[in-house]
Order: sequence, then C-alpha cells, then structure tokens
Amino acid sequence: MTNNEVQINEFALESLLLAGRIMIESGAEIYRVEDTIQRMAQSQNIMNVQSYVTSTGIILSLGPTQPTRITSIARRSTDLEKVALVNAVSRKLSTQIITLAEAHDELQKIQSTNYFLPTYVQVIAAAIASGSFLIMFNGQWQDFFAAMVAGGMGYLTYLIAHDLTRVRFFSEFTASLIVGLLAFFAVRYGFGSQLDKIIIGSVMPLVPGLPITIAVRDLMSGHLLSGLAKGAEAFLTAFAIGSGIAIVLSF
Amino acid sequence: MDYAIQLCVSFVATACFGIIFNVPLNRVIPCGVVGAMGWLVYYQCTLQEIDPVQASFLGAFAVAIAAHALARKYKTPMIVFNVSGIIPLVPGGIAYNAMRSAVENDYLMSLQYGSKAFMISGAIAMGLVFAEVLMQLVFRSLRRLRRQHALPKK
Repeated sequence: MTNNEVQINEFALESLLLAGRIMIESGAEIYRVEDTIQRMAQSQNIMNVQSYVTSTGIILSLGPTQPTRITSIARRSTDLEKVALVNAVSRKLSTQIITLAEAHDELQKIQSTNYFLPTYVQVIAAAIASGSFLIMFNGQWQDFFAAMVAGGMGYLTYLIAHDLTRVRFFSEFTASLIVGLLAFFAVRYGFGSQLDKIIIGSVMPLVPGLPITIAVRDLMSGHLLSGLAKGAEAFLTAFAIGSGIAIVLSF
Repeated sequence: MDYAIQLCVSFVATACFGIIFNVPLNRVIPCGVVGAMGWLVYYQCTLQEIDPVQASFLGAFAVAIAAHALARKYKTPMIVFNVSGIIPLVPGGIAYNAMRSAVENDYLMSLQYGSKAFMISGAIAMGLVFAEVLMQLVFRSLRRLRRQHALPKK
C-alpha cells in the first residue's frame, strides 16, 4: 500500500466517523447510521467497511488491513434538521455529485453550526402545543391560557436548567416541578378549573417521544444494545417528569 | 364542528412539536398533516368506543404510512415525520393518572393505569413497525412487478 493510499483512507475514515457521530448526536436510528456509513464507503470504492454503532460510541474499520477508529459519544439531543442534512450529503456523495473532500467540509460545517431556532420561538411553540393538547384531551377552553403559560414556562425552565447544569434528569425534574406549581396556582387563583387537564397538556413538550420511537425501531432491527440504552433514556425522562409532578400533587 | 376543532388543534400541536424537535422549516407543515391524520383515526376510533389500545395501534399505523409516503416524496429520513406524528397518541393522561394514584397511596389503581399506559405505548410501537414492514413489502413487490413487465418489452 502506498503512502498516498494510506492518507486517502485515513481521510475517508475520518469523514465516515464524522457523519456517524453527527447523526447519533442528533438522535438518528442506529440502522440509518450504519446504512449511511455503508453507502458513503461504497461510493469511495471501500467495499468491506465494518461498523459497530451504539448510541454511546462508534467503532469503524475500513477492512482487514486498514486502520480502525473509535469515537465515544457522551451527549445526545434531538435535532432532526442535522439528520436530514447529513442524509442529503450522503445522497449527494453516493450519486457522485460532490467529492469526498467537499462532503467532509460540509459535514464539518453541519457539526459546528447550531441549527436550533431562537429560544423564544421554541418556547412559543411549546406554549401553543400545550394549549392544543389541553383541547385534544377534552379540556375546556377557559383553561387554554393557563396551560399555555404553564407549558411555555416549563419548557423555558427546561432549556435554562439544561444550559446551566447539563444534567438532563435534573432539568426535566425542575421543569415539571414548575409546570405543576404554575398549574396549581392557576387553579387556586381562578385562572383555570381542571388541574389534571392543565398539567397533562403542559408536560407534553417534555415527553420523550423521540427516544421511545427510536428505541423500538432499534430493537426491531436487531440493535438490541442501543434499543435498551435508548429505552433506559426514555424511562429516566419519564421518571423525572413523574417525580416532579408527584411532588406538587402530594401537597 | 367537533371534528374541525380536533383537526386544527392536532395539526397545530404536531407542527409545534416539529419546531421543538427542530425539523427543517419547510417540513413543519407536512409534519402537522401526519400528526392530524394519526389523531383523526384515533379520535374516530374512540368515538366508536373502540378500546384505546386498539385505537392507538390504528393511529400509529396511519402515522407511519403517511410518514413513509412523505419521506419518499421529500427524500427526507422517515423519523422527521413520524416522531412528531406519534406525540398526540402518547398516553400522557393515563401515565399522569398512574402517578397521581401512586402519590395518593392508591397502588392498585396506579398499577391498573400503569399497565394501560404500557399497553398503549406497546401498541403505538407495533403500529409503527407493522406499517413500515407492510410498506416495504408493497414497494418491493411493486418493484418486482415493474421489472417483470419491463423485461419482455426489451
């Protein structure tokens, strides 16, 4: 193997690993990550790539005599835009519209950019969603405003606490505590009537919908380890929300 | 009238969830459509007094089929559409009741609600997977049919 070839392979390895890493960090399913790595490798004429992807790390090898790399992933969030973008890059790479170097540049740009909308837009979205859920769960229109405020403030608390502490369990717990307190005071001071419905509507933005879906998807496609890991993540979140609300209810 | 309200509300809620999950901005409206479809199926089922477990299965089935179709149309990963679509079906209310009963030391009721919530989440998961398998089968046989018809012409 010439020196040049080694360098090219190193570069390909780095790009593949970067793509996988971004996808796992943004909350993609394991089978999709493995599929993307496979497609990107095949477009570069690397035929026997082997990857072992879990939701906490990736082991990737280009073949028996080729280098192997490991990357560990500690933090995961939900950012479906990044998943879609990496998917688009891999599509373009496998139809030979862009070269590997261009793909690598694009991936690096995707990794370093923050695609999240401004905080106030997210909070407003959470508030409107909470109000809508209240109606969907047979709530009354007079509670709409209380649910909006509780849901929006709850989500804002979650974002702030997550920024300060970086411990998900803690931020979800405080957020649901705030939701519970706001709903309780709204009912006590006559801004709302049904405590149950207001709380149910307002905690919905915190519900772990993505981990649940992906856990099942991974389990069904045979990635048992990651499926269980994601399931544990979803269970922890549900437990955090539950205990936050339980504290308010127990008074 | 009731239908129109439920349709609007579920559309808005799912679209807002799309924003929270940061789906690409031009996919927010399709996300809302997927969620509204799933919720309408669920709502119709509950009106006809079908058990919530079966209703959730059917709702998730509808969500997954709509998400699959849209994923093909927009060439976007399927999770972009079905993640926010299943949010309305998540048994938030029942899980809440389970917790509330546990806090009030009514463990029997709590277990009852808890098992119900567990069954419903299982039904949602099954609905998603069944629909996906079905769609794959349909598309594979379509492709095979097309190939068989195409070959004799050459």
